[in-house]
Amino acid sequence: MTVDEIKNGIVLDHITAGKGMKIYSLLGLDRLDCSVALIRNVPSRKMGKKDIIKIDADIEVNTDIIGYIDPDITVNIIKDGKNVEKKSIELPQKLTNVLFCKNPRCISATEQELPHVFTLADRENRIYRCLYCETKAK
Amino acid sequence: MRSLIDISELTTKEIEELIETADDIINNPAKYAHKCAGKKLATLFFEPSTRTRLSFEAAMYELGGNVLGFSESQSSSAAKGESVADTAKTVSCYADIIAMRHPKEGAPLVAAMNAGVPVINAGDGGHNHPTQTLADLLTIHREKGRFENLTVGFCGDLKFGRTVHSLISALRRYSGVRFVFVSPNELKIPDYVKASLERDGISYSETTDLESAMSSFDILYMTRVQRERFFNEEEYLRLKDSYILTPEKLQNARPDLSIMHPLPRVNEISVSIDSDPRACYFKQVLYGKYMRMALILKLLEVE
Repeated sequence: MTVDEIKNGIVLDHITAGKGMKIYSLLGLDRLDCSVALIRNVPSRKMGKKDIIKIDADIEVNTDIIGYIDPDITVNIIKDGKNVEKKSIELPQKLTNVLFCKNPRCISATEQELPHVFTLADRENRIYRCLYCETKAK
Repeated sequence: MRSLIDISELTTKEIEELIETADDIINNPAKYAHKCAGKKLATLFFEPSTRTRLSFEAAMYELGGNVLGFSESQSSSAAKGESVADTAKTVSCYADIIAMRHPKEGAPLVAAMNAGVPVINAGDGGHNHPTQTLADLLTIHREKGRFENLTVGFCGDLKFGRTVHSLISALRRYSGVRFVFVSPNELKIPDYVKASLERDGISYSETTDLESAMSSFDILYMTRVQRERFFNEEEYLRLKDSYILTPEKLQNARPDLSIMHPLPRVNEISVSIDSDPRACYFKQVLYGKYMRMALILKLLEVE
């Protein structure tokens, strides 16, 4: 299967097979006017199979969301048809309005305007906790 | 400008400095009588807590400062729907430091993020209560003269007891500390606490039998076993007396044991123990005031 090369835009590569759709929707790519390709189960030497997302526009993507869902993803920035930058993603230290605290005793449950903030509490086990009440993200 | 929301924000050195200041206040109260003259403490108590509020107020008065505030949310603008952030910004215009008690977890942190003055967490639901831990630490220091090489028994509700969890996190910094957790199976210390003690090679044991463990304790920290924590009434009735401290249960206890309790007590320590020299829980209340004085001085950066 072939998908056209993009001229100026972003390629999210090495997405764990099956996670592409989640990244697509969390990044709000369905709201873009430009061409966006989500290719699933692409054969990969390193990973067996992987998902890839190609975005044919020079936009900013929220790398925190990407890092939380799948920190092994690589972000390739394409300019004039050339790969000008390859970024690896890390687990973000802080996530704002990506995860939502479910603890009814948390201040974020009663104060609607407060952002839901989670911080990385345990990198090894990828555990995030609510900034306010320290409840573990599920 | 600094706030205190969680005891882990203080380094071991800072805790020791606070204890040193508290010791000095106890020995030279006159020296501190005007340190906070012209300063105001706002006590924002969105739920009632007589002991903690009066302790903060007494602390500020003894430093020569003044106090303003409210003791329940009905008499605050929160009753009109004001956010914690807005309350904090507003009160910062009137006071030099805030002590906040709130039923919602994380509310004092939100206040600290928005206030223009230091905020002290005076208890946020079942989450944090750092000044109780400071009071506990000063009590241990005054009673034992050390934090190292102590066997500390925690008894009662170890699952939900926030004072227990934060005292463990403060004491685990010291070498040779051993913990003994005494509780019914329903209220055992959470697995994540045990896992982290194991990870750091800190010695602990668990039992359901208070009397059998009694002779090993340097400190016995009692907490209340609450009826509402049990799944059924029968189980509660069967277990409740096992965790009530009576003179009989103290038979094998060391003569230099220190019995602590964060208070309020309901029936978990028999009143007949109050006159036992090993009972420290009312001294703990007094030490709480001195530690709050030391903390107010530190956060207001008063020399």
